[in-house]
Order: sequence, then C-alpha cells, then structure tokens
Amino acid sequence: MQSMKHSIKHQKAGSLYATFERKGPGAKSSHYCPGCGHGTVHNLIAEAIDDLGIQDRVVFCSPVGCSVFAYYYLDVGNIQCAHGRAPAVASAIRRTHEEAIVISYQGDGDLAGIGLSQILHAANRGENITVLFINNAIYGMTGGQMAPTTILAQKTITTPAGRTAANEGFPLHMAELINTLQAPVFIERVSLGTAAKVMRARAAIRKALRYQTKKKGFSFVEILSPCPVNWKMTPVEARRWLENSLEPVFPPGNLRDLPNAAPAALGAPGAPGATGVSGATGAPRVPGVSGAPGEPATPGAAEPVISQKAATKSERDILEILGANSEPLPTGTVSLAEEQNVKIAGFGGQGVLSTGILLANCAIAEGLRTTWLPSYGAEMRGGTANASVNISHEAIGAPIVSQPNVLLALNLPSLDAFEETVRPGGHILVNSSLVPRQVRRGDLHAWYIPATDMANALGTVQIASVIMVTVYALISGAITIDTLRRVIPLSIKRKSLVDINLRAIDAGVAWHRQECCQDFGRPRLPHVSVAGGTAPGATSEEPPVASSQDPSA
Amino acid sequence: MDSQEKSYIEIDPARCKGCACCVVACPKDCIQIGSEINQMGYQFARFAVRQCIGCGLCFYTCPEFGAITVYTLPRKGE
Repeated sequence: MQSMKHSIKHQKAGSLYATFERKGPGAKSSHYCPGCGHGTVHNLIAEAIDDLGIQDRVVFCSPVGCSVFAYYYLDVGNIQCAHGRAPAVASAIRRTHEEAIVISYQGDGDLAGIGLSQILHAANRGENITVLFINNAIYGMTGGQMAPTTILAQKTITTPAGRTAANEGFPLHMAELINTLQAPVFIERVSLGTAAKVMRARAAIRKALRYQTKKKGFSFVEILSPCPVNWKMTPVEARRWLENSLEPVFPPGNLRDLPNAAPAALGAPGAPGATGVSGATGAPRVPGVSGAPGEPATPGAAEPVISQKAATKSERDILEILGANSEPLPTGTVSLAEEQNVKIAGFGGQGVLSTGILLANCAIAEGLRTTWLPSYGAEMRGGTANASVNISHEAIGAPIVSQPNVLLALNLPSLDAFEETVRPGGHILVNSSLVPRQVRRGDLHAWYIPATDMANALGTVQIASVIMVTVYALISGAITIDTLRRVIPLSIKRKSLVDINLRAIDAGVAWHRQECCQDFGRPRLPHVSVAGGTAPGATSEEPPVASSQDPSA
Repeated sequence: MDSQEKSYIEIDPARCKGCACCVVACPKDCIQIGSEINQMGYQFARFAVRQCIGCGLCFYTCPEFGAITVYTLPRKGE
C-alpha cells in the first residue's frame, strides 16, 4: 500500500473512463490484444488532455479499425467516423466549433488507404486539427491483410510470399507526403519501439495538441505501432521487429515544426506553410510550388498576383456577378402559422432536389430558419429522389422530414410512397399530369395541379416543379412570390433558363388565381378540404400577375 | 511497503495482459512475469525487485489503462 510519504507520480489519466462497460459491467481492461500499440497511444493522449486541461473541449474522431471503440475509453466528446473520413469530420467540427480541440485518430488502412483523399485535403487546407496516424503496416481489425504501408517483403495474409514492388507497389510514406504540402505546421514520425521512443511519441503528441490550442494549424503525428497478433510475434518481438525492420523504412524524426506560425485565420492570404517557404536561406520548403521565392515561374501559369486580385473582389462585385446587386432581398416579412415540414418527391431529373434548394433559399431570404436534406438513389436520372425541407421561425432540430405537413408529389410512386406519412390537416400537392389517381385520404387538403402539362406548354417539362413550388408558396404563405422571383435567378446555374423559370412562377400564380381564388374567401376548390377550410395565407399573399400569361394555352 | 524506498509501482493483476513490455522497459529490471494467471487468463506482471527509480517508463509503455501506478517520494522542497 501507499505509504504516507509517497505520492502518486503516474496513474491512469482522468480523461479515461473509470470502467469500460462495453466489455461487461465494471470492466477495467481494454478490448485490445496484449501488447497492442493503441492502448499506449490512448494513454498518451489522455494524459496530454489532462495536462492541457482541455477534456471538456476535446472532440475525438475515431476511425474504422481496432480503435473504432476509442469512445469506450476516452471520456471526451467522441464521433465515430466513416472509414477514412475522420479528417473531413474533424474539419467540419473545426469550422463549426471554434473552441473545440479536434483529434482525428486513424490507422494506416483508414488514413493511407480509403481515406487518402480526406487526409491530404484536410492537411492542404491547413485545418487547425491534430491528426494522429497509427501506422502498424497491416490491417489489424480485419485479420492481417496488406496495408498501403506494408513494407516490402513483409508477409501478410494477402501477400503470403511477402509484398513485392512489382505486384503491390511500394509502401506509402504518409509523413513525407504530408510534408510536400504548404499548410501543415507540425509533422513528425515517432515510434513505440522502445520506452525511450514512447517518451518521444509523448512529446510529439503533446506538442501537436498544444499547437492546436494556440490555433497554429494542421499537425500530423505518425506513430509506428506494433500489431503483435497480425505480425505473428510476441509483444516484445513485435517491438524489436518494429525497430529493426519498420523504422529503417519509415525513419522517425521531425519533418516540420513551425512554432512561430501565425494562428490560422480564414481568409488570410498566407497559410502557415507560406511562412516556411520563405525561410532564412530563401530556399523553398516545398519544392516545385509555384510562387515560392527562387522558383522559376512557368510562362502562362497562374501567378499569385492574379489570385490576389480575385481575393480583393468586393462583396458588391460578387453580388453583381451573381446578379443580385440591385435590391436587398426582403427579410422578415413572413409569419408562419406553423412550422413547414415539406417533402418534395419525384423522379430523378424532375428538379426535385434543386426545387428543394430553391425553397430553402427563399426561406433564408425571408429571414426564416430552414434545412434541406436530399435523398436519392445511385442513378443520376430516372431513379427516385426526394428532398426534405423544414421552414421555421425556431431552430430546427433534425433536417429529415418523416411526417410532412406538405407533400409535393411529382409522380405516382411518390404519392404512393408518402401519402400515408402526411399529417392530418396537411396538404398534398399532386402533379396531376403524371399522377392518374386521386388522393385517398380525406383528412387533409389535396391540390391537383397539371404542372407537367403547364410546363410543357411553356417549353420545357423541367420547370413543373417550380410551378408546384409556386402554388405551394401561395397556399402556405411560407414564402412570398416576390421572394421567389428574386431568388430564382440566384439558384439557376444556366442564366438562359431564368426567364422560363420566371414564367413558370407566373403560370403557377395564374393557376392558383383561376382555380382557388375566384370568389375570395370561398374558393372554387379543386381540392378536397377538411373542416376548417383554407390554408393559412391562401388569399392574402397573392401579388398581381401579368395578364398576358396563359399557362393553359 | 518499505517507506525507505524512493519509488515503487503497483500492478493491477486484473488489468494486466502479460505482454511484458514493462519488463523490457524497466531500466532496473524490477518487473517480472509471474506464474499466476488472472481472470482473463493471462500471466500477469509483478513488481519483483525493489530498485525502482520512479522513471515511469513502464507506465508509459504499458498498453493497458491504469494497470500500472507509479509512486514516489516528493522531491526536496515539495
């Protein structure tokens, strides 16, 4: 037992849970194999989190691999990321949570295999995150297959005779690869081969995290780690092999350390790496990067001065490019009777998703809160697609709409699929050109709009969804027609189509006027109505419409 | 525990998987793998030789969570 004089010098970190319930109530051991490097690194991370006092700020992004269960151990914010995507998830957290300390923890299959794109782009953006890369040169969780970092002649179950360059290529050197990028501020490779090297790994992890707390930018620590089970060695043999075979291929050491890097700031012209490029010697840190001092400029290549010009475009210029510099968009003119949970459904290619974006953008222009969430099959065209749009005065909890109060059914399968999900008293807007049946339910409002026929008469069937949204705007009052007209030019990529979309709005307004509002207050209803009658705003929001438009012609 | 010793460690048998990394890490050869078997079926490590200098290398090398705790006497002035 501890004597009165002795004090604890090293103990289990406070950032680790007291017990690990996944292994059974009160379990104290990890799920890792004996001698696994993951536990050692977890301990180092937890200690660093304790010592830096950042436990409440840390978001730990665990990968796919054996460490997928890191969230059972580390008592911090945790996200378990899709395979390879941890740096992308970490970037999102970085951009949305200013005070978060974001750790992306990945293995070699995760980071250097499936997630190679994510790590390079996150590093290249210089996200202020810390990436810890566990390189054990093998796929551990799946049972010992060759990894991108498997060294030549190393035997795995998919390279039983040893990896050969001719057949499987060379091992990927991730730290060196990251070091070709300008943005990172700290890149180091460490090893768990001996106790002394573990202490160096400890120092690197602490430094990387400290840099993040100072908002210096992207830090990357590659940790050579043993996988005794899949290497088919004892834990002690594995560490010896790590030192004698792995380290010569992946030499440990610091590749970059920019302690004086300016805190990363969005929009700043010079990334931290740019500081490094113009070192004391004038030699570029990253060879071959154009614009670095001493590099011959390629004739005709884009020079930095051009990008600076682009960067100094004023907001007004950008608005002019977007065609939106004339008048400010209206805001705060709409008062919703109830939160709008809209489902727009149809074939892929009917403009379902883009119509959803249009609706959401209009809601933003109205000063409302909104979300847009697409759902679609693998096909670009002809498959089914639907978009969920929420519009509210309040913060919106979840973007998905499972029980809409408004359904825009652009085809029959959509009506079949979603009719039963609409809440009683809600609205179903049916594209009657393509839907040959009536709405079966009697406890909601049904509107039959020959949108595809109307659109075809105007010249293209693709604007049917805009007609539908126009009618929805009129019956719900969630957005005004004026807003719709202003937002349409901003939403459409091909400017030649702006005019026909505006005419689609006119057609929708004309249809609504003709079919619903001939007798104010007592509409000649093309829809089945429940007791209680008309939708909020049915007659109050209608703007004047050009009389020359005749959609049914 | 002999309070005359500057430092010592405690190994929790229930957490140890007997990987022996601490045995290799210890510069004073204080740790051995015992013959007893714990509930997980591993022969766990034991603090056997009392020459501990409190360096913490076993602690940092250990892949388990909280299997090793290091105790030491406060330095002068603390």
